[in-house]
Amino acid sequence: MAQIIADLHCQIQNDNHIKLNADFCCKAGEVLAVVGPSGGGKTTLLRMIAGLNHPDAGQIHFGEQPWFDDKARIALSPQQRHIGYMPQHFGLFPNLTALENVVAGLDHIPKSERITRAKDWLERVNLHGLPDRLPAHLSGGQRQRVALARALAREPSVLLLDEPFSAVDRETRERLYLELARLKEQLLCPVIMVTHDLNEALLLADTMMLISQGQMLQQGAPFEVLSRPRNEAVARQMGLRNIFDGEVVFQDSTKDLTWLKCGEQLIACDFGKDRPVGSRVRWVIPNQGIRFNSISNGRLCRSFNKLDITIDALLVMGESVRLLCYVTGTQLQLHTEISLHLAQKLALKKGMQTTVALKSEQIHILEPL
Amino acid sequence: MMDWQALWLSVKLSGITVLVLIPLAILAGRALAYRQFVGKSWVEALIMVPLVLPPTVIGYYLLVGLGSQSWLGQWIEQVIGQQLVFHFSGLVIASVLVNIPFAVQPIQRAFETVPHDVRDAAACCGMGRIKILLKIELPMVWPGVLTALVLCFSHVLGEFGVVLMMGGNIAGETKTISIAIYDSVQSFDFNAAGTMSLVLLLFAVTALALTTSLSRRLGGQRGTNHR
Repeated sequence: MAQIIADLHCQIQNDNHIKLNADFCCKAGEVLAVVGPSGGGKTTLLRMIAGLNHPDAGQIHFGEQPWFDDKARIALSPQQRHIGYMPQHFGLFPNLTALENVVAGLDHIPKSERITRAKDWLERVNLHGLPDRLPAHLSGGQRQRVALARALAREPSVLLLDEPFSAVDRETRERLYLELARLKEQLLCPVIMVTHDLNEALLLADTMMLISQGQMLQQGAPFEVLSRPRNEAVARQMGLRNIFDGEVVFQDSTKDLTWLKCGEQLIACDFGKDRPVGSRVRWVIPNQGIRFNSISNGRLCRSFNKLDITIDALLVMGESVRLLCYVTGTQLQLHTEISLHLAQKLALKKGMQTTVALKSEQIHILEPL
Repeated sequence: MMDWQALWLSVKLSGITVLVLIPLAILAGRALAYRQFVGKSWVEALIMVPLVLPPTVIGYYLLVGLGSQSWLGQWIEQVIGQQLVFHFSGLVIASVLVNIPFAVQPIQRAFETVPHDVRDAAACCGMGRIKILLKIELPMVWPGVLTALVLCFSHVLGEFGVVLMMGGNIAGETKTISIAIYDSVQSFDFNAAGTMSLVLLLFAVTALALTTSLSRRLGGQRGTNHR
């Protein structure tokens, strides 16, 4: 059976047990990361796409083929959908060897070809020499790769990965990121990956969907969602903590700038015509919009948005330093993270007063909730 | 003197009971382990009843319920041309009913240890329900099935109250080894009673030791689960 290449369209509502509302499309060859806090409905969404659970209403279509349609009373089983599914704890069959586990997923090809195909896939995920091992005798990373090989070997219509890296240690995870990034180039099917790790989504996904309490908050390219969160809920989900109140005081269309008043500070950001002068807004700046490194070489004088700050706390976290600062003369807190190298170069320490610049193009005004 | 006829009858009764009960217990144990339904607690309680009810009471109800005076007993006699009470087939039915908790409980507990992930992955690998049961689940719940099998076999071998009530004491038909021991004691033949009791004791200890050892070995081969 040749692999069918098509996009996945999903528009579902569920109110019983777990509330879920989702409407999205995942294109063939695209990796969609579903990100959100635990209990937000991510795994439920994946199970509904797999056919392991059915939503109350809506449609799921793979290309032209309906997988679920409540009105037409269509609900294909997981077996009929021919998906590749990798559960959070891999779901390896403990009584079967690594090779047999992969063979178990190859029901779509003739029996005589299965062993060869399974061996080939084990090699593709760098598991040569281990086909006869039982899952209990494999490391976490090896088990993860067997599960991935089993899911991919099916030449699935859709590949579903449920927190694929959560059960392995950090070193293995880093290695597996690279392997999945390499495999991604060869994947032709839509890939939906559930994760609560933003970095994972930023690293591996082409598009990202934020989901919380069963509601889709925002969908888009990962960097777009990170730098342009739709509202405060999305910004907080993305781990952005520098969210402030402001008042629009001037619209400068000639320089494409909107001026905000924040406390006693005037802050310039990209022009937004739908923000009338006098309106109250909430605005956010991501970490990469806060500049420390220009202070020492004098480039800061050309910037708008200079803020005098006092460093209240420094927390060294390996190669980076997390800083908590107060905007001098106000109660406004600024959270930021810079490299350890830069912190040492600038001789930052607790109680120190310094100046930072906020990049105007990185300041984003949030939609009201 | 050993009553070989009674021993053979007991072994035959145990074997048939196990053959009838274990497949049913696998289906019931699996359903109880995986499914949530209204009244599940009541069903589980009903299954456990033979554990707390005196065997003579169960035997009494079976005798009355399946005897020639009851409509059910009369109907069965019409259909199969044979009365169930005081007959070997009646003993099989009684043994199956009395041993339900010994069969279902260990199998249900074993199915409860099969992780969701494994069952989901099997379905997503295209396997149907029967294939999942035979290829994935049964090898995982095998120690539980083995425990159920040994428990039921040993329990039927030593069953007394229900057998006596339902079957009486007909040599070659319903006289099992437990009843033969009782008979021997009644007739002051303590040598025969002692020999037969020792055989049952040795069988029980050996069966349990083998089950424990085999379960451990199977568990060791499979190792810890995928977590």
